[in-house]
Amino acid sequence: MHELSIVSSIVDTVTESLVAYPGVRVREVRLRVGVLAAVVEDSLQFCYGVVTEGTPLAGSALVVRTLPVMAHCALCAQDVEIASIQSLRCPRCGSPATDLRQGRELEVEAIEIEDTEAMA
Amino acid sequence: MTTRIVELRRGILKKNDELAAGLRQRFADAGVLALNLVSSPGTGKTAFLERTLRELLASGSRAAALVGDLETDNDAQRLAASGAPVRQINTHGICHLEAEMVGKHLNGWNLADLDYLFIENVGNLVCPSSYDLGEKIRVALLSVTEGEDKPLKYPTLFNSADAAVITKIDIAEPCAFNRAAALRNINEIRPGIRIFETSAKTGAGMAEWIAYLAEERARVAP
Ligand SMILES: Nc1nc2c(ncn2[C@@H]2O[C@H](COP(=O)(O)OP(=O)(O)O)[C@@H](O)[C@H]2O)c(=O)[nH]1
Ligand SMILES: [Mg+2]
Ligand SMILES: [Zn+2]
Repeated sequence: MHELSIVSSIVDTVTESLVAYPGVRVREVRLRVGVLAAVVEDSLQFCYGVVTEGTPLAGSALVVRTLPVMAHCALCAQDVEIASIQSLRCPRCGSPATDLRQGRELEVEAIEIEDTEAMA
Repeated sequence: MTTRIVELRRGILKKNDELAAGLRQRFADAGVLALNLVSSPGTGKTAFLERTLRELLASGSRAAALVGDLETDNDAQRLAASGAPVRQINTHGICHLEAEMVGKHLNGWNLADLDYLFIENVGNLVCPSSYDLGEKIRVALLSVTEGEDKPLKYPTLFNSADAAVITKIDIAEPCAFNRAAALRNINEIRPGIRIFETSAKTGAGMAEWIAYLAEERARVAP
């Protein structure tokens, strides 16, 4: 289960960015995850609570935005969305999708933070 | 109480990606072709690699291997019997190799003395696909005993591969292996990928694989 390592990396990434925002509370962590990123949201959610305990992310919600595969189809001369990762073909013309433009993302898009009373 | 949204747009595996980029540069500077072998446990990675190392060494090429394993060093011992320099990466339960582990285990090796560096990943069809090791070529292996639909079940891994190897073709017939379906499925997931069909037992298909390695190595040679 590499979701555990992934969640640890999320904690590190967010904690590092929080240096610029001392004393805030994290309410939400928003991810962008491509469908080819090999990460299962349920497993992320499953270990999120445990891994974030005792970190600045404790008590925050994890929100995952899933991104479909996008490919550039040379024949159709446009970017197309691939509906199934079991068949990487252009939905318009059926040609093989080799030039992928999206689908492997695994990033923290944003965080929602809240000023705490201690700061006032 | 005020809440704010802060845009981060930071890759979660950025640290690994940066280390991998560093390794990729080192491999390129040294002119060594690095390959990352991924498959289920038991597909035949070690057997395939053993045979590959023997054939490369016999033809005067210089090759070394790193082998990831959860606990044991059995695979490293098997590979070392080929005569090639081999190092074990014990992951202590982690289900994939990371760039940092690879970097650490290269200490003391002069990469410029190598033509090929093979990295046998931990047997797992999911996790290794997220972790770049700085390889030039990721090789996904599938044995005839595993079922033709494996690529469809693990598209993230097969899609991330640069070459695919079907192993154990010596026992394809008794396994009722549907070759056409396997080739079709790999192509649906990773259109146009080079596919090799090999047997570590009989040596079938190895010549084509070794020729491919030589071609790819020529592209990175200094
Ligand atoms: N018949 C046959 N058996 C093989 C071949 N390659 C590997 N095996 C067997 O498959 C099993 C697993 O092989 P191994 O190389 O350890 O797989 P790994 O876990 O992917 O490294 C062993 O019992 C091997 O002897 C092959 O080409 N033909
Ligand atoms: Mg092995
Ligand atoms: Zn098209």
